[in-house]
Amino acid sequence: MRRQPIVMKNNRGIQNPKFLNIRSLIIAVVLLLSTPALALSGDESGEKFNPSDMISHHISDAHSWEIFHGLTIHLPVIVYSGEKGLDVFSSSNFYDEHHNVVPFNGYVMEHEHISLENGEHVLDISITKNVLFLFINSGILLLIFFAVVRGYKRNEGQAPRGIQSFFEPIIIYVRDEIVKPNIGPKYEKYLPFLLTLFFFIWFGNLLGLLPAAANLTGNIAVTLTLAVIVLIITLASGGKYYWSHIFDPLGSSMPWIAKIPLYIILWPIEIIGIFTKPFSLMIRLFANITAGHIIILSIISLTFIAQSIAVGIGATLFATVMNMLELFVALLQAYVFTLLSAMYFGQAVEEHHH
Amino acid sequence: MVTPEIGLIIWQTIVFLIVFGILAAFVWKPIVSALKTRESFIEDSLQAAENAKAEMEQVKADNEYLLQEARIERDKMLKEAVGVANQIKEDAKKETSVITDKMIADAKVSIESEKKAALAEVKSLVASLSLEIAEKVLREKLASDKAQTELIDKFLKEVKVN
Repeated sequence: MRRQPIVMKNNRGIQNPKFLNIRSLIIAVVLLLSTPALALSGDESGEKFNPSDMISHHISDAHSWEIFHGLTIHLPVIVYSGEKGLDVFSSSNFYDEHHNVVPFNGYVMEHEHISLENGEHVLDISITKNVLFLFINSGILLLIFFAVVRGYKRNEGQAPRGIQSFFEPIIIYVRDEIVKPNIGPKYEKYLPFLLTLFFFIWFGNLLGLLPAAANLTGNIAVTLTLAVIVLIITLASGGKYYWSHIFDPLGSSMPWIAKIPLYIILWPIEIIGIFTKPFSLMIRLFANITAGHIIILSIISLTFIAQSIAVGIGATLFATVMNMLELFVALLQAYVFTLLSAMYFGQAVEEHHH
Repeated sequence: MVTPEIGLIIWQTIVFLIVFGILAAFVWKPIVSALKTRESFIEDSLQAAENAKAEMEQVKADNEYLLQEARIERDKMLKEAVGVANQIKEDAKKETSVITDKMIADAKVSIESEKKAALAEVKSLVASLSLEIAEKVLREKLASDKAQTELIDKFLKEVKVN
């Protein structure tokens, strides 16, 4: 009898553990990652070493890929403007022999932003560092999953083997724990997209953690594109119930004349609600991954700021721990993005049942 | 940093959609169908095993029933046979006793008649023998007149007494 309250307390504590853990983890990560970033983004304008410059250089896109100081691969620049048409040239043309940025062929590059010399705007579709890593990420994705699917053809009707047996539980997890419960019986139509999304984000996150790699999934253009695709699929698969939920959420609970004043307020909210969901997807992935990069770089920068061996050792240890956390965050964010996308699709295809 | 670059958006859209298309057509489709096939195969196998078990159970129950039936049949037959045997025994006993009684009665009758016949024969024999003896005695005793007178006197005395 005396043990009863303890047991009850425990039960309450582990109620819905999955959701609680994820939420608290997200909060913890965001809090943890945002503090040093804020601290370092101030004007630390040291003469020799500027950590905020270094960090923003690392997490931003660039027209060249600096693998380490001294070894830079210049990537092709592809620009289009009404005045000069399509132009393709190496980004090395923007640098002189002293690594100073110089204008080239009527184009100027300022902080990786290319425009015409007369200040006119150009459409820049260069193979930047992030585009290169987009290719690498896609290549890895295709390479791995073609190897996986080969396993299914070779061991047809048999137990999975090799790389196939590594990915099969993950695929089944995405199918059975993320897609099926959130979308319901129509899940199969969305499964290929959500699997692609999950593995694209996960691999992209992991790739971004490698030294010298680009911050692909921490780039807002990438997360924006993914979120917009999710939004388009959500709207395209929105059924009668989904739209009536947005435009007539009160239904037949009150006469139409009474609904008018309410809907003047409700409609804008509901319509904004359509866009806030993918917007939160975009921001969440971008912020989490970028913040992770910022904190690791900040910790490493501490060594150079303090210029002390003790700080160096401490910072290295801490950066190692953070890197491990980031490995987990890489998976977690892929999971969260896929889970929420599946939930949005699920809301869109939901049939009326109350 | 928070301004999305249009170039990367274009590349991301194109590359992601291509990757999605390729993976959907050549990877996810066969994997999902292979998983489904395997899962339904496992499901079917389990179901089949379950069915076989139920069937065996049924066969076992049937056998048990048949055995029970046979046992009951055997018991019934045994009982019947015992009854018949008892009946036969009873009948035989009855019949035997009737026959014996009749035989005894017959024997008694024949013994009685034999006895009667024998008695009659003995009587006649005794009578004739008596007569013969009496004749002889009379012949001996009544050879004299005195003896004849004595006898007559004796008879007369006897008559008187009576």
